[in-house]
Amino acid sequence: MRCSTLPTASSNSPAPHVAGSTTVNAPLPQPEGGAAGAAIRTLDLVKQYGSITALAGLTMTVGRGEVFGFLGPNGAGKTTAVKLLVGLTRPTAGQAWLLDVPIGDRVTRRRIGYLPELFRYQDWLTAREVLALHCALADIPAAERPREIEHTLETVGLAARGGDRVGTFSKGMQQRLGLGVALLGRPEVVFLDEPTSALDPVGRRDVREIVRGLKARGATVFLNSHLLSEVELVCDRVAIVDKGRVVALGSLHEVIGGAQAVRVRLTGLNGAGHAALHSYGDVRHEGDWVTVTGLDADAVPDLVADLVRAGVQIHAVEPRHDSLEDRFLQLLTRPDDAAVEDTS
Amino acid sequence: MSTALTIAGLTLKELSRRRVVLAALVLTAIILGLAAWGFASLPRASCGRNPCSEVQIRSAASILLIMMMFMISFVIALGAAFLAAPAIAGDIESGVALSILPRPIRRRDVLLGKWLALAGVITLYTLVVGGILMAIVSLATGYQPPAPLLAVAYVAAEGVMLLTLALLGSTRLGPMACGIMAVVLFGVAWMMGVAGAVGMIFQNQAITNIGVIASLILPTDGLWRAAAYHLSPTFLLATAAQVGVSGNPFIVAAPPTPAYHVWAAVWLVAVLALAAYSFERRDL
Ligand SMILES: Nc1ncnc2c1ncn2[C@@H]1O[C@H](COP(=O)(O)OP(=O)(O)O)[C@@H](O)[C@H]1O
Ligand SMILES: [Mg+2]
Repeated sequence: MRCSTLPTASSNSPAPHVAGSTTVNAPLPQPEGGAAGAAIRTLDLVKQYGSITALAGLTMTVGRGEVFGFLGPNGAGKTTAVKLLVGLTRPTAGQAWLLDVPIGDRVTRRRIGYLPELFRYQDWLTAREVLALHCALADIPAAERPREIEHTLETVGLAARGGDRVGTFSKGMQQRLGLGVALLGRPEVVFLDEPTSALDPVGRRDVREIVRGLKARGATVFLNSHLLSEVELVCDRVAIVDKGRVVALGSLHEVIGGAQAVRVRLTGLNGAGHAALHSYGDVRHEGDWVTVTGLDADAVPDLVADLVRAGVQIHAVEPRHDSLEDRFLQLLTRPDDAAVEDTS
Repeated sequence: MSTALTIAGLTLKELSRRRVVLAALVLTAIILGLAAWGFASLPRASCGRNPCSEVQIRSAASILLIMMMFMISFVIALGAAFLAAPAIAGDIESGVALSILPRPIRRRDVLLGKWLALAGVITLYTLVVGGILMAIVSLATGYQPPAPLLAVAYVAAEGVMLLTLALLGSTRLGPMACGIMAVVLFGVAWMMGVAGAVGMIFQNQAITNIGVIASLILPTDGLWRAAAYHLSPTFLLATAAQVGVSGNPFIVAAPPTPAYHVWAAVWLVAVLALAAYSFERRDL
């Protein structure tokens, strides 16, 4: 019921080590999963751009083989976190490990794949040439490259367009190519930063299939998203970040909590109706619709009966399956330093 | 090293796919065509009432050749600046760098690969264009400069030097700003070189010092002077000495000193190393 929280959020860690200057033997928080070691660990990771704090003490652990959702509103620091992990930027303070090696290590990057949020590939190359380039840079043995490239084109649904220049691709096709680039060479950890931002519903389903495929072969997936429904469908665990720190972390069930939600469309809401609504849980109004969160699923008939008794006209009642979204809004509308607890 | 070669190949492919090479070749053909026409008409020129003497024609040819080479060196310097300015900055701006750099590669190898490809293109271009120009002059007028190959090599080195500077700028500035910076610095260095030479004639220590300091910061002008020296035949230098035009950037009486050569080489390596360092430290 209670979600595990780690908002230690000390933006001034006592001994700020820049990653890379630290040895692997440094004392680490134990990964939740256990023995196999962690795919990703961060400890009070801070990134500042001038006066802007993009990350304010990020601490989390992602186990190997996990599909991990990294959720937060725009500007929360998701992209910054991934850029730090893949070595595009350096932390201002704090430490992080990728596959148990301090971040910034070149050789470890052979074992990762990355789809950037703002993906762009050489538009004067063909899709096949882009993949061949990345095969070469990733040091994939030359003998395996042709098969790897064809297989990847197949996986991301670009088999028919492999010989066309990237410049002739739609944005969605370029994102598919980017996914392909991230999948080359069977990486152990795959970072996907908003992987469906340019995709149609078919593309979104394809991404889910790809993520499930990665999980099936034991890869770790780190999925950045502000789209809760995406994460809800594929992730084992999620972290919710806001203003550069983790505000909730745990399995989906833990983060959402056991709370249920129901949406009711009603008219003629009076004082008695209001009182009835509030006695069942948190109430949010959106036009004629009222969302009640944090009530027991079994209580819905009673809620409806009470409303009717109060003289409120009910037009529709529907369960909210998008409960992660409610939880998300709940967490983000809290004051900064409040402890995160379930209200149910 | 294999990364550098991969990136070098990619850079060459980009130049050809983007038709940069084609555009350069077309423009060059036009310039060389005009030059051939001009030089071919030189032997038929008349000096006063009589046709020009052999010596007069050769003098004219030697001066014209130096002017042509100066123009070409200018084009090459501009070309180098505008090829190198977007080399890193363009990839960062477009986002292509975001997918390339997290690969298990060193950024300095990416930089070195770009440098190798662009320096190769600049050098080859200079050799070909310079060679054709020398051949045109020789066929049309029978004149050959004292050391054509050395002169062309110095012009190529000037282009490579500016390319390296622009590459350094490219690791921090946007493509536009970087290209403009390189061209402006090149122009300033040239002006300061002229100022320094004028200072020497008038024995003005302050102006001479400005010239020296500018040539230490960006030694491109010294390379042009070396090229001009190797294009200046002794009879031209003798005439120039009589008339007293030693501040002229086109007629240079003495080759650059060994110390200058050492400094130019050190400068090149240092700026390339600085570019690599700057790129490694760049936050993306
Ligand atoms: N290169 C940068 N320079 C300055 N500020 C940056 C830079 N990158 C990110 N930021 C800032 O850091 C914060 C987090 O950004 P980002 O990590 O992109 O968020 P998200 O991916 O969660 O939307 C934002 O306030 C953003 O403006
Ligand atoms: Mg982002």
